[in-house]
Amino acid sequence: MTARTGLDANLVVPDRLDAALAVGPGEVVAVVGPNGAGKSTLVHALSGLVPATGRAVLDGADLLGRTPRERSVGVVFQDQRLFPHLSALDNVAFGLRSRGADNRAARARARDWLERLAVADLADRRPAQLSGGQAQRVAIARALVTDPDLLLLDEPFTGLDVGVAAMLRIELGRHLAEFRGVTVLVTHDALDALTLATSLAVLHQGRVVQHGAPDEVAARPRTEHVARLVGLNVIREGDRLRSFSPAAVTVGLQAPADSTRNRWQGVVRGAAPHGDAIRIQVSGDRDLIADVTPAASRELALVPGQQVWLSVKETAVTTYDATS
Amino acid sequence: MSTTSTDTLGRPPLVLMLPAAAAVLLLVLPLAAMVVATDPASLVDALGSEPLQEALWLSLVTSTVAMLFCLVLGLPLAWLLARVDFRGRRLVRALVTVPMVLPPVVAGVALRAAFGRSGLFGEPLLDATGFAFPYTTWGVVLAHVFVSLPFVTIAIEGGLRTAGTAYDDAAATLGATRWTTFRRVTVPLALPGIAAGMVLGWARSLGEFGATITFNGNYPGTTQTMPTLIYVARQSDADAALALSLVMLVVSVAVLVALRDKWLVAAP
Repeated sequence: MTARTGLDANLVVPDRLDAALAVGPGEVVAVVGPNGAGKSTLVHALSGLVPATGRAVLDGADLLGRTPRERSVGVVFQDQRLFPHLSALDNVAFGLRSRGADNRAARARARDWLERLAVADLADRRPAQLSGGQAQRVAIARALVTDPDLLLLDEPFTGLDVGVAAMLRIELGRHLAEFRGVTVLVTHDALDALTLATSLAVLHQGRVVQHGAPDEVAARPRTEHVARLVGLNVIREGDRLRSFSPAAVTVGLQAPADSTRNRWQGVVRGAAPHGDAIRIQVSGDRDLIADVTPAASRELALVPGQQVWLSVKETAVTTYDATS
Repeated sequence: MSTTSTDTLGRPPLVLMLPAAAAVLLLVLPLAAMVVATDPASLVDALGSEPLQEALWLSLVTSTVAMLFCLVLGLPLAWLLARVDFRGRRLVRALVTVPMVLPPVVAGVALRAAFGRSGLFGEPLLDATGFAFPYTTWGVVLAHVFVSLPFVTIAIEGGLRTAGTAYDDAAATLGATRWTTFRRVTVPLALPGIAAGMVLGWARSLGEFGATITFNGNYPGTTQTMPTLIYVARQSDADAALALSLVMLVVSVAVLVALRDKWLVAAP
């Protein structure tokens, strides 16, 4: 066993990815970004399924010269990809048997992991007989049972019921805390990023544009996508970014009397409950969100198509550098 | 499910129904006519005749052996074409499909040029081992494999492509070698396509006539298969030919149904 030093990568896939990422052993980096930002490409490049150039060093060993099977990765695919012709148990035992374990030992260890994921009673079922949440548990067991150095989770909660996802998120958090390798978790859910991850990397057009502690990234998002993800407005002014909470936004039908520069005209595009408030989306020169009370929402008739003015006090705005 | 959608989408248009019905008639009528025209007495005679029993047995054995060779050779070739991105893949696929469009008699001539007693490979083979393919049962198998292998390969390649590479990828990340992946993932998941390819190959062999007779002649007991026997009988005794043809029809359908139940339906 080599010493665990973590992952240091700068992966290039022409036209799709040029991403630099450094993650320490035992850390969990959540990768967020809009569709097409290259999240899945990053996972596949790390696993070796998509050829990439550049650099990828895991625990001191160069990954790029290796085939997927030589990389010691565990992958939980977005679509799970449990082998449909094998039972849950044999799916989990597959990786152990491929790496030379005898059948009995592999099955015993696989059963142990199914137990840890609370699906041991489903060991003999085929994937088609499992619910989405159960199948995802089997997939996680299959990825972890070989004790990989690098765990790749590609949107592990997508397509699950909210309650099932919430339960599984808590359990996954427990397993990740025990896991000593590097975890890369692709997600589009701020909750995953903030609860499971030790760091948050923002992928935009194939590049990592921000990487830091989840709280830090959430407080000072550098892209519109992350701002939306964590529920903030963010506005770029030259090299500076200005962010403010939707709760700090004042909504009115007339232009604000004071000549604050923080005012924008727009059209209501949508409205949805958000906690005790109504969160409205407004598009104009800027796409912004604002929280209003239900009473104010009725009073101002904030239905889609309504023209509104948004303003925010300068004291409610955080200003920071766009460049890292 | 399909009937439901047909019902809810309205009546099937006549412009499609009429040609479809014509197709069914075209395929069924000649066989029905053959059944009607067969004289029961000559059928009894045919069933008891030694040439029929020999030829039928030879046909079944050579077709089955040829099918196994097609599997052993065609499955790896289909995998190569479906899963490995190599230079010249399109050329190889084109070359593999050529025998499909070749008249079988031309295939027989080509086989002679290659494996005849004075052929390019046949002559050295004869000198070295004393064995030559033509006019032997192995020659029949060789002719069958030559004409069937393209069908089997293309059918299995289609099955492998339909199964897709997603599970191969998953197996690779789990540490499986390509050989392990092939055995434990690729083949099990492509089983319906593989079975269909084998049935297709078997049926093609059973009906093979031109290449077999050109390459091997027509010797009862060693190279005379059912189609060649029927061809010869037809020249002297039309009733006997009808009876033999009916036997072949029944046997072919019976074997196909048996294979279907065992393979095509049972497979996931």
